[in-house]
Amino acid sequence: MAEKSQNDAFVVFDHVQKSYDGVSLVVKDLNLSIAKGEFLTMLGPSGSGKTTCLMMLAGFETATNGEILLDGRPINQVPPHKRGIGMVFQNYALFPHMTVGENLSFPLEVRGMGKSEREAKIMRALDMVQMGKFANRRPAQLSGGQQQRIALARALVFDPKLVLMDEPLGALDKQLREHMQFEIKHLHESLGITVVYVTHDQGEALTMSDRIAVFNDGRIQQLAPPSDLYERPDNSFVAQFIGENNRLEGTVEEIKGGRALVRLNTGELIDATPVNVSSTGQKTLVSIRPERVEFKPDLLPPDAHMIEAEVIEVIYMGDLFRTVLKVAGHDDFVIKSRNTLGQRVLTPGEKIQIGWAPADARALDPI
Amino acid sequence: MADVTAAPLTTADGRPLKAALAEAQSRARRRAFLLVAPLLAFVVLTFIIPIGQMLDRSFHHDGFSANAPATLEWFDANPAGTAPDEAAFAALAADMKAMKENKTAGEAGTRVNYTLPETRSLITKTARNADDLAPPFKEAFLAIDDRWDDAAVWQAMRSSASAYTADFYLSALDMERAEDGSIRRVEENGRIYIYLFVKTFVVSAVITVTCLLLAFPVAHLLATLPMAKANLLMILVLLPFWTSLLVRTTSWIVLLQGEGVINEFLVALGVISADGRLKMIYNQTGTIIVMTHVLLPFMILPLYSVMRVIPPSYARAARSLGATSWTTFRRIYLPQTLPGIGAGSLLVFILAVGYFITPALVGGADGQLISNLIDFHMKNSNWSMAAALSAMLLAGVLVLYWLYDRLIGIDNLKLG
Repeated sequence: MAEKSQNDAFVVFDHVQKSYDGVSLVVKDLNLSIAKGEFLTMLGPSGSGKTTCLMMLAGFETATNGEILLDGRPINQVPPHKRGIGMVFQNYALFPHMTVGENLSFPLEVRGMGKSEREAKIMRALDMVQMGKFANRRPAQLSGGQQQRIALARALVFDPKLVLMDEPLGALDKQLREHMQFEIKHLHESLGITVVYVTHDQGEALTMSDRIAVFNDGRIQQLAPPSDLYERPDNSFVAQFIGENNRLEGTVEEIKGGRALVRLNTGELIDATPVNVSSTGQKTLVSIRPERVEFKPDLLPPDAHMIEAEVIEVIYMGDLFRTVLKVAGHDDFVIKSRNTLGQRVLTPGEKIQIGWAPADARALDPI
Repeated sequence: MADVTAAPLTTADGRPLKAALAEAQSRARRRAFLLVAPLLAFVVLTFIIPIGQMLDRSFHHDGFSANAPATLEWFDANPAGTAPDEAAFAALAADMKAMKENKTAGEAGTRVNYTLPETRSLITKTARNADDLAPPFKEAFLAIDDRWDDAAVWQAMRSSASAYTADFYLSALDMERAEDGSIRRVEENGRIYIYLFVKTFVVSAVITVTCLLLAFPVAHLLATLPMAKANLLMILVLLPFWTSLLVRTTSWIVLLQGEGVINEFLVALGVISADGRLKMIYNQTGTIIVMTHVLLPFMILPLYSVMRVIPPSYARAARSLGATSWTTFRRIYLPQTLPGIGAGSLLVFILAVGYFITPALVGGADGQLISNLIDFHMKNSNWSMAAALSAMLLAGVLVLYWLYDRLIGIDNLKLG
């Protein structure tokens, strides 16, 4: 797969390493190819190396080792202003001493574009983000959401093939953020540009991306489309980092036909799909999404194992119930059930049996 | 909308909203005023009153008008240019006798002396011999000193007759009154004040520009270095502040003088010959070098405070948008440092215009500035002249301040 995409890849990180102090590596052997027109998100906790990767691509940091290719051309020695990459910054970085129009005009002026052509492009870019009437305002006179749109328009006005976004929605409130996610997504689709997006917000990553690269400790932990990442995490870190997740520790007792039986440390037997385990006797961490846990036996496959649970707390969240259970000695086991008509509401102290389809429980590497 | 604003808003119990608001805030306002009252009193006592007095002295001096009432009467009765007759000498004789009795000849003489040099000695000498004044008065006066026949002396006394006068300002502008009362420029070799004013402003401008050129990179370095290193560098910048001005100036003398470190070094290297030593001190060059050093922190600090808050993302954004580093500096970075450049330049310029110790110590003959002349007049008890020069300096600085406000805007100023 890597070999195949290498050929038509637009951006390639080839064995890239980065160190700031010459003692430790911030980015450890990064290999990543991004296709033309793709929306790729780099997701990870702070300090995981994702922003460093973006800065190396933009040209503000140099790779300590390895090569970065843009459209087949190595760019390690190309200064940032010759890369032709649009960038949206975390705090927008709109020039405060220029009007919105002048901000947008700046990249066109430095490219030596004529006045009439500039004005046409500026109007087109502003209309694209529905800010056509604001060309004469100063950035300080705009709201956060409006500044965000202008920053977006400025990064797009000179028709870059690649646009980098460094947590561009971090400073907006929740509602506006969700709205802007869709707008950016639609712009990406209609313009056909390639976008590399950095965020630590997994919801954002899942909503917007074609593929997500989950970073931790200077490495890509998993590179996959959102649904794969959520439903089929490759390792414990990804399972923990993306979405809510229940963890059960145990030992593999039997692997048969793509199904593993895991004996928990407290003695119960549960079903799981082996992912990072291959032989019996191995320690493992089984991960199950809260919404895939069932407490009504008729909804489970006939041969599924059930284990006992005690209800500790029920939280009403409007669209769903979030129930905290005590399972196998842990009192932080969460299940989510939809607030449908006739849903059975549990009460604290109640003892129930829970289970899941073996495909939903993934036996991963122990932490 | 219209009928809402028609009736003034009232509170729930029917009082006008404005009155209720003022009452609610009056206590807080009184407390705030009491807190600033000591400072206000201090400023009024030590700053506003002395400056007011200084301004007053620059155009008010009643040394002659208060002590020569009879002569004043004669001036009132006769138009300017009238040759003094016997009545005039008689009136002056009466005043001279009174001056001798009250020992006020000095004051009166000082006042006339501003208008015409060397008349102070004439008046004190005459008053000393006032007992000899007897009719015919003209001859008696001429017997004491034949300058009493000079029309210029009488013109000088006439213009001293009013307690309020613009004469000090005239002198400060290198002008004087002719015998017929018209205003003319003083002779070529007597014109010193305007030349000195121009020189002071030019030298100050040169110092300001030099400070800016030196301070800009340092401030930028300070603003971009990591905190620990920046603090260390900041101490080096502030070190001169903690050293006595005299010590700093003297060390410059050690460096720059004819047999000083720099000259010796250059001679040793063979760059200059032993008799071709550079003259870097006790002249204008010395004034500029040393004052640039003394005033440099006043430029660095405002620049630093502005640069520190410019996020590096602006420069990065400009670079990613396709600007070269030079364009980025010129169009993005520099405009954002303008408030600091303005504040630093204004501060350095205003301090330089009024600086006195450094030019006095290292300026030699041609490195003296207007403040040294003000000092000279004060030492010679010529307070009114010193006041007039100071007032003109103040006016010049205020004009610059006004210009700055018009061009850049005073709210764009950032001092720290």
